[in-house]
Parts: sequence; C-alpha cells; structure tokens
Amino acid sequence: MTGADVLAAIEIRDRTGTGCVAENGFCPDWIADNIDKYWSPLLEHVFLSVTSVAIGFAIAFTLALLAHRFRWITGPTIAVTGALYTVPSVAAFLLLLPITGRGNGTAIVALVAYTLLILFRNITTGLRNVPEEAVSAARGMGLTDGQILRQIELPLAMPEILAGLRIAFTTTVGLATLAFFAGGGGLGEQLYSERAGTGGLNFKSNVVVAGGLTVLLASFGDLIFLTIQRLATPWRRAVAS
Amino acid sequence: MPEARTPHPAVDLDFRAVTKQYPGADQPAVEELTLHVPAGEICVLVGPSGCGKTTAMRMVNRLIEPTSGDILLGGSSVKDRKPAELRREIGYAIQQIGLFPHKTIAENVATVPQLLGWPKDRVRARVDELLELVSLPPAEVRDRYPGQLSGGQRQRVGVARALAADPPVLLMDEPLGAIYAINRERLQNEFLRLQAELRKTIVFVTHDIDEAIKMGDRVAVMKRGGKLAQYASPAELLMSPADEFVEQFVGADRALKRLALQRVRDLDLWRVALVREGDPMAEVRAKIADSDIENLALLVDDQNRPLGWLGERELAAERVSGVGCSPPEPTVDTNDVLRDALGRLLSEESLYGPVIDGRGAVVGVLSMDAIAHALQTPAEDVPSSADLLAG
Amino acid sequence: MAAGGGVVSAIVAQAGGTPGLGCKPAPDDLGTFRDAVDFIFSQRESVSGGACIGGFEELGDLAVSHMSVSIVALLGALVIALPIGLALGHIGRGEFLAVSVSNVGRAVPALALLAFFVAFVGLGFVNIAIVLGLLAIPPILTNTYVGVRQADPDTVAAARGVGLTEGQIVRKIELPLALPIIFAGIRLSAVAVVATATIAPLGNVQSLGNPILEPQNYGGAGQLGAAIVVALITLATDAALGGVQRAVTPRPLRAPLWRPRIRRTPLAVPPRTEIS
Repeated sequence: MTGADVLAAIEIRDRTGTGCVAENGFCPDWIADNIDKYWSPLLEHVFLSVTSVAIGFAIAFTLALLAHRFRWITGPTIAVTGALYTVPSVAAFLLLLPITGRGNGTAIVALVAYTLLILFRNITTGLRNVPEEAVSAARGMGLTDGQILRQIELPLAMPEILAGLRIAFTTTVGLATLAFFAGGGGLGEQLYSERAGTGGLNFKSNVVVAGGLTVLLASFGDLIFLTIQRLATPWRRAVAS
Repeated sequence: MPEARTPHPAVDLDFRAVTKQYPGADQPAVEELTLHVPAGEICVLVGPSGCGKTTAMRMVNRLIEPTSGDILLGGSSVKDRKPAELRREIGYAIQQIGLFPHKTIAENVATVPQLLGWPKDRVRARVDELLELVSLPPAEVRDRYPGQLSGGQRQRVGVARALAADPPVLLMDEPLGAIYAINRERLQNEFLRLQAELRKTIVFVTHDIDEAIKMGDRVAVMKRGGKLAQYASPAELLMSPADEFVEQFVGADRALKRLALQRVRDLDLWRVALVREGDPMAEVRAKIADSDIENLALLVDDQNRPLGWLGERELAAERVSGVGCSPPEPTVDTNDVLRDALGRLLSEESLYGPVIDGRGAVVGVLSMDAIAHALQTPAEDVPSSADLLAG
Repeated sequence: MAAGGGVVSAIVAQAGGTPGLGCKPAPDDLGTFRDAVDFIFSQRESVSGGACIGGFEELGDLAVSHMSVSIVALLGALVIALPIGLALGHIGRGEFLAVSVSNVGRAVPALALLAFFVAFVGLGFVNIAIVLGLLAIPPILTNTYVGVRQADPDTVAAARGVGLTEGQIVRKIELPLALPIIFAGIRLSAVAVVATATIAPLGNVQSLGNPILEPQNYGGAGQLGAAIVVALITLATDAALGGVQRAVTPRPLRAPLWRPRIRRTPLAVPPRTEIS
C-alpha cells in the first residue's frame, strides 16, 4: 500500500467534516469508521507471531532436550542462536529474501531465528534448576529416564519455560512489525505507511491504532502465558500463601 | 499384580566381595566388601566421609554398578534384574529427602504404587495408611505440597514414600542427617518403633557413630579406601573394637555409649528398706539390715510411691515420721536407658535413685555402683536399640 | 522520500547531474549476493538514474551518521538509567519498577515507538536519538538494579561498619561489583540501538537504513548490501562490548573463552523475578 493509497482511503472515509483528518489530528471518528481496515493486518500479525513462536519452541525444545542429555551441545547452540539474535531483524529479513523469496515464509524463518536463543536458554535453565535431589530420589525409586523427564523435570522447569515463552512472544510481536520488509504483512505496514501528503509525518490516528494494537497484542499474549504459568504451577502459589 | 497385594516378607541381603573402582582413582571406592544382613535387621554403614558407605549402598539398587563381586537379594543377584524394576522393589530415602515439590504429599507417596500400576482406590487407601503410620494426619497433609510442611514432616513423608509399595528392603542414606538434634532423637525412636512393626531389611548409611549405635542391629564400620574395618553388633563394637581405627572412630566415650544400650530394668537393682509413716523403729532397723543400703530407708505412701529418704537423724526417733526427710529425687523409670538414668543421678548429685515402675511404685534403687557394674556385662548380653524398643 | 534525499542530491551535484558520469552503470551480470557485495565496494548509477550510489564512501558516511545517533542515544540512556538503577538497587526498593520497565519495554515495538514520535513529536536527530535512547533504558536500568542487588550484603554491611558513607558504598563497593552485569545490559542496549538505527531514516536521520528503505533509488542490491553492512556492524558492536564486558569482569568470574558464554542473560533478571 503506498502513501497515496492511504491518504486516498483516509479522505474518502472522512465523513466527519471537521477537518480533523486534513489537519492530521487525532480523530476518534475516523478511527471508528476505519477500524475495519486493521482487522486483516492484525490477523496477519497474530499469525506471524504465533506461528513463529510455535515453530521456534518446537526447535528450541528439541535442542534443549538434546543438550540436556549431551551437555556439549549447549555451547555451540548458544553461540549460533546468539549470533542469529544479534543480527538486526530488518537486515535478517532482507538477507533471507534472495534465498526464500518474498512472503510469510521468509518473515517466519527470520522471526523463528529470533526466538531460538531466548527459548533455548530458558528451557535449559529450567531443566538445570530442577532440584538434584528430586531427580536422584526419582531414579532411586525406579523411574526411567523418560519418566523422570516427563513427570519430574519438565513440570518443574515449567516456570522458566513459560517465562521464556512470554519473552519470546512479546519480542516476536515487536519484531513482526518489520515483517513487511520481507512481504509478510502485519501491523508494521500500517505504522510504516510512508509519510506522503501528511507533511512528512505519519497520520496520527493511524499510528495510535496500529501501534496500540501491537502493544495490546504483546500484552495480551503476555497475559495468556502468565495465566498458563499460574495454572501450571499450583505448588508455587500454595507454598507462597 | 497379585504378588504386590500380600506384604513382602523381608529378605536376606548379601554383599559378596563387592568392589567399586572408579577409573582414574588411585584406590577403590569400595574394596572386597562382604556383608550378610539377615532378613528384617538394620545394618548401619558408618564411617568418615569418603569411606565408600554411600557407594556401597547405592550398588544395592544399581544406582552404581559394581566393578566386581555380586549383591544378592533373597539369594538372587541384583545384576539379573532391570535396574528400574529392581528399584521399585527397594525403598529409597535420602538425606535431602528429594520430595517432588510440584506434587502433593499424596502424589509423592503414591509414586511407586503408580509406577507399578496399582488401581486408584488401592493407592489412595495405601497413602492414608502410610501417612498414619508415620504419624501424619492424612486428611490434613494429603493435598498439601512439600513446601508447606516442616522439615521433620517432610522427612516422615520421605519415609512413607520409601515404604509405599511395601518393599522387602529399604535403603536409607543419612535420612535424618538434615534434622536438628532434638527432633532427630525423636524421629530415631519413632523409626525404630516403626521397624519393630515392619521388620524390613534395612541398609542405613550415616557418618554419626552415635546414630549407628542407636539404629543398628549390626554396624559395619568402614574406613577410607572402602575397606570394612569391623562388622558387629553395637555392643560388641563398643566392647571390643577390632583395631585402632575403630577404637578411635567409636570414640573415647565408648563405655558411656554402651549405657545407651541397656535399660534400668535389665540391672540387678539394690534392695531398699521401704517404710511407712508410724512404723516402729525396730521394724525399720530390721528392714535396713535386710537391704543393700546401710543407714537409709525410703519413706513411701500406701501405694509404695516414694516420699523421701530417712537418714541417721530421722532414724533416731521412736517411730517413723515424715518430718525432715530429704526428697526422693531423682526417681528413675524402669524403662529408662542407663545413660539417661546416670544423667539424672549426676544432675541431682545423688548416689542413689529410687526406681519406679509404670504405676509409680518403687521396685528398687539404682546406684552409681550398679551402673559401673553394668559396664562389665559381656557384649552378647547387651541388646540393640531396636530390640529394646521391640521388647 | 524525505529521508535520504540530501545524500542523493549531493552526489548528483558532485557527478555534475549527468547520468553515466563519475560512476559505472549498475551491473546486470552478477548474482544477487555478488551484486550486493559489489554495491558495498564500488559506486554505481542509481536505479532511477542521474545519481551515483553505493560504494565505500557513501556507506562510510551513512555508517558515521548511523553510529553518531546510536552513540548519542546510548550515552543519554546511560545518564538516565545508571543513576536510577544504582539508587533503586542501593535502597533495595523498586524491584517492581525495574522489572516492569523491562517487561513494558519489550511489549512496545521499536517501529511503533518511532512512528509515534514521528507523528506526534517530530523528525530529526534529537527526536530519533530520544526514541533510540528510550529503547536503551530498560536493559541498562534493570541490569544495574539487579547487579547492585547482587552485591554481597555482608560486604556492604562491613563497608558501612568501617564508616563509608552511602555514596562511597555505591561508588566503591556496589558499582564495581555490579559492573559485569551493568555492562551486559549496556551491551544489550547497544546492540538494540545499533540495530534499530536502521529505521532512523523514517525520522529523517541518515543511517545505513537509507539504502534499505529506498529501494526505488538503491535497488535490490543496495537493500541487500546495506543489510549485510548493518548485520556486520551490529555483530561487531556486540563483539566489542563483549570484550569490554569481559575486561570488567573480575578474573575468577570470567567464563573460559573456549566455552561460549550465556550471553544476555534475559536482562540478567533471574527467571524467578521475571515471572512475578
């Protein structure tokens, strides 16, 4: 969508007649009229974030389980995911373009790469922080390695794992605002929407809605993971009270 | 699984020339250990840190694999069993307890029964039974998390969990090591009482020789390099240490330690003249002549409960009167161990103490001399603490 | 097209406004990545024609501008976050604030913050430096707070006992002990700032983001070439500050070089705090 398109859309839909849009003010009426146009970018944004975190979690979880058994995997994994994490996202989107082409796929590949370090580190930290005596007691009572992992280690690592998911999700929502560089759509396109015809400035009402929606999305995701965290760790609340 | 329904009878446990040599270590962790633990007895492995006692214990449930030698449970080698299955039949309690913080007390205790696939209502019944056995009110603690219990309560849950599937053998690695001294003694007594009822074969690891003497039917003293220094009953260990290491490890106060293994009722108590108010003095003199204590008579009430000592001065009167007699403290219970009785005599600075039975009636007098005499009892006549509690 | 216009027209003037003069036409026989590398090392005619773009010289200028706004932003953030973090950490209050700042910081996307400033506050160096500085504050503040809190309370009590003033305790005891964690936070912030300065041209500030945001002039090669340079500069920043962080870490606490350290402990907030 070019700047001219945006402006055209803005002017056509301006039924308020107050001149608010022309003066580039903050226009609640305009927002009410145009709220529909944010629906599909928002859905795209949700899709990008959720898919990326889900795929990133699957990869990081597998790596973390491997690193749990084979300690030497930890170092190289942190080094590689750390380097991925450092590359600026805009650069990452563009570097991937020649390889994966424009579109959702490229955006998701880059976003997944960003989640890996956070998730891997939190999952391994969680597994490492499981009290040693609980594991040795479990082994002494005849739980197999698989049973120890499923019944003891993973449930006890839950708080850290979910903390990792919280950080990964909010970070991904933020980075996904840049996904449009790779043709991934999302709310970033609205924020970017150039500055033509508005005196070099973005249309204020637009910034407030699009920006507000990303913040809301990040906070909402954070809240969901926080709720899961509370529900999944009843023993912590019980002990605290 | 019907075999789990009937209580498992305890089995013999045999170490046969078991050696554990870690690669790169200059001496073995355990060397040629041979031990026989009869079914239903507590064998305490004791020694300084690094003596291989924990290693030896952990080879029983194959948390550690021996380099050579074999361990037999009820006559069959543990090597022939799958480790996980073997461990489910062996109770396991460790110093750090290792309760699962994310599971309720009931879930913790039910761990092994659930692994064995017991039906739900049977597991629930068993959990309640065990919690009661370790003196925890099931309704109150069942649904709590370990973090909500005190250290002592957690320790009991640990024991209950180890007993859950009624294993014939129990391994306990310093299970009371993290408990404060005051509570430890109570838990020790409770545990011995429990064992008197359950009669499991138990391997108990500790670094504390006092605990070893108190808890063990037999005590295996180990020294650095995983060598067995002596394997004997507590009394024998105290009476005749096998070598200088054991003698030193047992401590210079080993004679005193033996006092914890004998009870007042096992001694030949001194006879004393029991008199009541108003008795004629001639009668009293005759009683004194017939007793083991000269010049003293014990004033008692009509139920033979002690009221006070009568000395030379009071005995000079014509008839016995309670006026001026010295208090009968300390009194000693027939069930007290000699160490506690001696402590009471010393703290009251008294040479004699009336011994009373459960109803408070005097049955004799304990004296310093009687205690000194007891120290010469041959070891085979001295019981273990477990026997004391069972009897 | 407001951003970048200055550079393009300057080059046009230099080249005399005649297409084809002063620089070669864009090569069309190279693969995508080689084309991008060629863009980094030598000038070429712009996509729309009439100007010379790319090459070491232009990218160098853009990099200088990129780093200028980044450094100003980072220094500003340090001036604000460090004293607050030290003070909160010293008095042991404001854990909620320190943690919330990092949580909120994560939830607000850089692009949203930038767009908000551009729309409501205005364009230009100062505004963009403020945006980047706001992004840099949370990691520094949180890590400073956590670093100071981690100073051994016994050491602090002993220092108070021998008569150090509160100010001296902060400067001589807590700050040196917290330095490694503080630098971990600075490193995090610096990487975030340098990465985000890529979109500074949206606020009319030159940066290596110009070729990325103006494909109509710079073409795909310019976009990709600049992306490569931005990536390298960020990795270099990370490595350089990693070196500093290592240098300020007392020797016994250093991780061995051959085992890659856990970088960026999540804002060095221990997971338990992060949760609440």
